[in-house]
Amino acid sequence: MIRLEDTSGGEVAAAIAAERHRQGSPTTGMVLTLLIMADEEHQEEATSAAVRAARQHPMRIITVIPRPSSSPAPARLDALVSVGGDDGPGELAILRLRGALAEHAGSVVIPLLLADTPIVAYWPAVPPKDPSNDPIGRHASRRITDTTMGLEPLADLQERSLTYRPGDSDLAWTRLTAWRTVLAGSLDAHPTPKVDEVVIEAGARLPTAQLLGAWLGLRLSVSVRIVDVESTHIEAVTLSTPDGPIDVRRRAANSSARDHVHDDGRWQNATLSRPGAPATGIMLPIRGLDELLAEELRHLAPDSEYGEVVRAVTNPGLVG
Amino acid sequence: MTNPLRSDADTRLPRVAGPCAIVLFGVTGDLARKKVMPAIYDLAARGLLPPGFALVGFARRDWEDQDFAETVREAVAEHSRTGFDQATWERLAEGIRFVAGDASDPEAYRRLGREIETLDAQRGTGGNHAFYLSIPPSVFPTVLTHLQESGLAQPPTPQAWRRVVIEKPFGHDLASAEELDQLVDDVFPPESVFRIDHYLGKETVQNILAVRFANTMFEPLWNANFVDNIQITMAEDIGIGGRAGYYDGIGAARDVMQNHLLQLLALTAMEEPLTFSAADVRAEKTKALAAVRLPADIDAHTSRGQYAPGWQGGLPVKGFLQEDGISPDSTTETYAAARFDVDTRRWAGVPFYLRTGKRLGRRVTEVAVVFKRAPHSPFPDRSVSELSSNALVFRIQPDEGITVRFGSKVPDTQAIEVRDVTMDFQYGESFADTSPEAYERLILDVLLGDPPLFPNREEVELSWSIIDPMLERWADNGRPEEYASGGWGPESAYSIVERDGRMWRRP
Repeated sequence: MIRLEDTSGGEVAAAIAAERHRQGSPTTGMVLTLLIMADEEHQEEATSAAVRAARQHPMRIITVIPRPSSSPAPARLDALVSVGGDDGPGELAILRLRGALAEHAGSVVIPLLLADTPIVAYWPAVPPKDPSNDPIGRHASRRITDTTMGLEPLADLQERSLTYRPGDSDLAWTRLTAWRTVLAGSLDAHPTPKVDEVVIEAGARLPTAQLLGAWLGLRLSVSVRIVDVESTHIEAVTLSTPDGPIDVRRRAANSSARDHVHDDGRWQNATLSRPGAPATGIMLPIRGLDELLAEELRHLAPDSEYGEVVRAVTNPGLVG
Repeated sequence: MTNPLRSDADTRLPRVAGPCAIVLFGVTGDLARKKVMPAIYDLAARGLLPPGFALVGFARRDWEDQDFAETVREAVAEHSRTGFDQATWERLAEGIRFVAGDASDPEAYRRLGREIETLDAQRGTGGNHAFYLSIPPSVFPTVLTHLQESGLAQPPTPQAWRRVVIEKPFGHDLASAEELDQLVDDVFPPESVFRIDHYLGKETVQNILAVRFANTMFEPLWNANFVDNIQITMAEDIGIGGRAGYYDGIGAARDVMQNHLLQLLALTAMEEPLTFSAADVRAEKTKALAAVRLPADIDAHTSRGQYAPGWQGGLPVKGFLQEDGISPDSTTETYAAARFDVDTRRWAGVPFYLRTGKRLGRRVTEVAVVFKRAPHSPFPDRSVSELSSNALVFRIQPDEGITVRFGSKVPDTQAIEVRDVTMDFQYGESFADTSPEAYERLILDVLLGDPPLFPNREEVELSWSIIDPMLERWADNGRPEEYASGGWGPESAYSIVERDGRMWRRP
């Protein structure tokens, strides 16, 4: 890591280029620039997840940490820069913005954006009120928030719903991909995919549960009940069909020692029951932040499916 | 009826195979252990196999389910791409069964039928079964006949499906390929037959079409006006290893040129398909193959060789004739190269040089499009003496990617000097290490019933009719030429390009 104190955006860009030259590879195959806006509490986890995701998507990662102070302090930029090496093929700059500079992050990052490649903005915890009008978000073609990690997940989700613009996405939606894959797959196999009612058993304050409910309600044109079960997971989803229920249910974490081990790891065990077929065990992967980010970066076009679904989220928490 | 939970806009949702089972014939082969079993596990780990998926092994072994499961587990632990995870394995293992029996015993097929019915009831596989024939071609007729006679080739209901997967070699010449195709077609309808050419499952091979037809800057040059010649190479640095039984009598032309190299040629030479549907892509590939011609003077434009004992990369290595299981007077070639022409307006006069061999300088597969020299150079000759032809190279393995070679000024010379430089795009960097293995893609496509990446009967038979005259000529014409291990093939390989005033690229 190269440490630059009391520096500028241009000097940081020059330091990255100089480091590339020193390593003998001045040209690079970076596919995008990722801007991470975080406070000290969340920056480390988000940055290291992005560095891991850079193995799939070689990119320049710029972590912006505003450090506003209550007493007037001189504006100052400090930076840490790292290029290539054991951290993977990407480039990393961690920027700390002090004093009045904390309000002017846009001016710092502009010289650091790679030419002619997409810009992605990511807020790992506290999102801006309106990502597409945010000083940083405005530069980005993709804006990733994470309502699950905020202090007020449901209020945040409501804001995402009201301010949605094409190019927005939220990791709560990304976390749902495994559940949605299983549910869509269960209807593939069903000869008459007519669903009369949907019941989701989950912690009702989970943005994932709200988004899943909105998606199913929208696509199946049925009413969706979210039954609050005091959990930090989605516990079960039941689709009522004329032939009987299709039911996907997490197995209790303590049903066996082995299940329990895996429940905290990469997988959770679940059971799928369908009419006319024996109940079968299935695996729902629990993906780390790096894998979630990698999924986001795979499809950079606006996620219109998410757009429709998030706008269908109305008064979350009052449902069911 | 369409599934309301699926929409084209929802790009995150992968297609997952519907309820089904794979019945694997031949459970101990190299391919089954190194590719097929690990790919099935990796699909499971990626959540792309249906709940209740089952894998049935069928072989003449005194095995119980758990013995077969153990074989699969060992193969997965050693070769899987996604890494071994106990919980994923246990899910998959719940659906693993074994049926012991001889391929020629009708009773064995009745047992297999009962096992499949049990799976349909216990695991909900819905009568959908893919028979994966990972067996020597000599056993194909027996297995196919019994699959038909036992009724296993027939789906029990109109909604259910039965498919068959076969691996190369698809015959050893046109006549035997037609015979095999007829046999397969008698048992399974054409849309249920999946011929695996694993090269077509590779991301970079599919990328040839993406680069050609999604960009503006390449296709205008993609013709005889600008292209001088095309070189398609598949080189292996290893010898035949333990595959003497398979390789002797087959040789490089049948093993690689007839399928992989001619498929790469078709993708490089074909016109733009109307759409990317299987039918449209195949129509263009078929047209390209139908236009391929071997020169009349076969001796002058083809080359074959056998690797000699020697040194490779600093290690002593055996010659082909000294390999275990190879007869000392074998005439099987381990190197094959030939010039082909594509008789279309686009390619008139552009030679396509295809070469493949074992024990060559290094392991590499590539398609190189070599362009003509600039028609006029304003620079003095001495300035461009180090400039060769521009080239666009698709590297298929290893380091999947694209290289462009062009001339650029050498800095800090008094008189201008132009020299070859290369610009490189590497998947290893940009779409890195998570690229699925070709077999994962192809096996999933079989289970989804999605045929674009599989050559059909017509393509296979056209390919044989292209190289049959060469094989016949070779059979009547003595022995292959020896070539040094670790080099780039026999003398005659050089003469087939030099005769046309050209040079092989050093890959």
